[in-house]
Amino acid sequence: MTIPRLPILALGLSLLTACGNSNTTEIQNLGSDTMLEVAGAWAEAYHHAHGEVVVSVSGGGSGTGIAALISGDVDIANCSRDMKEKEVADAKAHGHNPVRHHVGYDGIALYVHKDNPIASLTLQQLADMFGAGGKISKWSELGVDLGDPNADPIALVSRQNNSGTYEYFREAVLGGESGRFKPECNNLNGSKDVVDFCAKTKSAIGYSGLAYASDKVRIVPIVGKSGQPVTPSIDTVLDGTYPIARPLMMYTIGEPLGAVKHYLDWIKSDDGQRVLMSKHYPPLRKL
Amino acid sequence: MSRPPVSSTPGVTGPRAAEAKSLDRRDRAWWFDFGARAAVFVGGMSAILFIAAIFVFIGTQGLDFAIHRLSWSEFLFGTHWEPTVEPPRYGALPLIAGTAWITVVAMLVSAPLAFGAAVYVAEFARGKQREWLKIFIELLAAIPSVVWGVIGLHVMKPIIQHVFDVQIGLNVLNAGVILGLMAAPIITTIAEDALKAVPDTYREAAEAMGATRWQVIYRVVLPHARPGLSAAVLLGIGRAFGETIAVLMASGHRLMIPHSVFDSAATITATIAAELGEAAKGSDHYQVLFVLGLLLFLITFVINLTADWIVRGGRRRA
Repeated sequence: MTIPRLPILALGLSLLTACGNSNTTEIQNLGSDTMLEVAGAWAEAYHHAHGEVVVSVSGGGSGTGIAALISGDVDIANCSRDMKEKEVADAKAHGHNPVRHHVGYDGIALYVHKDNPIASLTLQQLADMFGAGGKISKWSELGVDLGDPNADPIALVSRQNNSGTYEYFREAVLGGESGRFKPECNNLNGSKDVVDFCAKTKSAIGYSGLAYASDKVRIVPIVGKSGQPVTPSIDTVLDGTYPIARPLMMYTIGEPLGAVKHYLDWIKSDDGQRVLMSKHYPPLRKL
Repeated sequence: MSRPPVSSTPGVTGPRAAEAKSLDRRDRAWWFDFGARAAVFVGGMSAILFIAAIFVFIGTQGLDFAIHRLSWSEFLFGTHWEPTVEPPRYGALPLIAGTAWITVVAMLVSAPLAFGAAVYVAEFARGKQREWLKIFIELLAAIPSVVWGVIGLHVMKPIIQHVFDVQIGLNVLNAGVILGLMAAPIITTIAEDALKAVPDTYREAAEAMGATRWQVIYRVVLPHARPGLSAAVLLGIGRAFGETIAVLMASGHRLMIPHSVFDSAATITATIAAELGEAAKGSDHYQVLFVLGLLLFLITFVINLTADWIVRGGRRRA
């Protein structure tokens, strides 16, 4: 659960306190909920190695991060999708030139209840389940018997519409920019909430970052280009066989300088990428 | 208005003119009195100032969009809320319907509970017990709404799933019960005041004629307190309407008109909370959220005015 406005307030406060201490440099980092955990791990590991730099990390969603970057409230915005044309135009209108830094990958896994026996799904079936006008609304239409007629109508679990995951799923699965979700979706406010929901609801299917996998849910293999079902993993995302994977980005205003540049370089280095992998995100290259 | 400060009155024994003159002295006490009066005046007026400022702020943020680009028929009757898809759709009917459904369930839960509590506290409880009950009711009102949200998410959800054998436990019923419990202490406090305001002579007269306790309450006290009780419910509705975070957590946030209490729903407030952080300042999405805020503001304004009007009407008749 994230309350979008609070992190910004907290950031403002921490900025105030940071002014009093000239020995430490503070980097403000805000954005994607998907990247929140790994951004926190990066900040911690970096502070461990470079005690003079403190990185403050908050979530709120990719859109929140970009909005804060444009208004000059943060140094780095985490973004689990590309900036939209509208956002780039908005940044330019403020006299800013946003620069994109590719820092890793994320696989979007399809989560179901652990008792759901479904073997695999194709992208077309996913579009028919989640997309507006899609024909699939019952598990029995996919040949799945959940043993309870109440559980036959599919409970679709989606994200709130400022989530980068929502945007990415819409573009990758629901047919691009103009793709629309069915209004029947439950729109949850966090990556972890989606997985929790699927763990406790027999008829549920939801999409969320691969890093949020747990024992309480099953991940459905997705049929990729090869025609074979592929289970998302660091390997299948890296070799491109898993079809629903996306780059993770950090944006800065202009080319980064000083501490921010050093931090971003470190994230892309083997040390930084190992932290990413420890959080179950596929790194930029094989380590 | 110009009553003399207490400190300057003792010992004044001269003729009236001299007394008046001595009272008119602008000494420290006079200035202190003047300052205090000015301070409380500013405090009193600030409520009006804040309301006006908030109204102007919300109004201007969404005004341009509301006048030039928003289709009001789509906004009020459209059933698709898709502000981030191109082309965007701004149909707020699912949000309005969700808010209404949840509020109605909340009132069905809280009104009987709160009236029962108010009647017990006002008419039956005595002495220490009454004092303690009032303290606990006030404590209940002070529980932060995010705590209620967590209760909805982790306690109510599995209960609803098991008791009613439904798949999705985050729904109108869940949010309605949570909101009902949140609104109950407010309704109780106001309803209890209304019951206490019924003169004891009425009760004594009824009892003297042989009425039982229940007959006194049902036939004399409740009818007499009706305007106050109605106002209590209306203020409870206002509370339920405006509540945000607990609803966002318990309602399942589904952007569709609910057809039963077991459907998930989204409210106006929860939508603003979930989406405002993302919307780029000044964008259409940002502005339409302020139009939603304006709608919410107008609804709660009307509810509160109605409550006030009912109370005044009741006083005049009494």
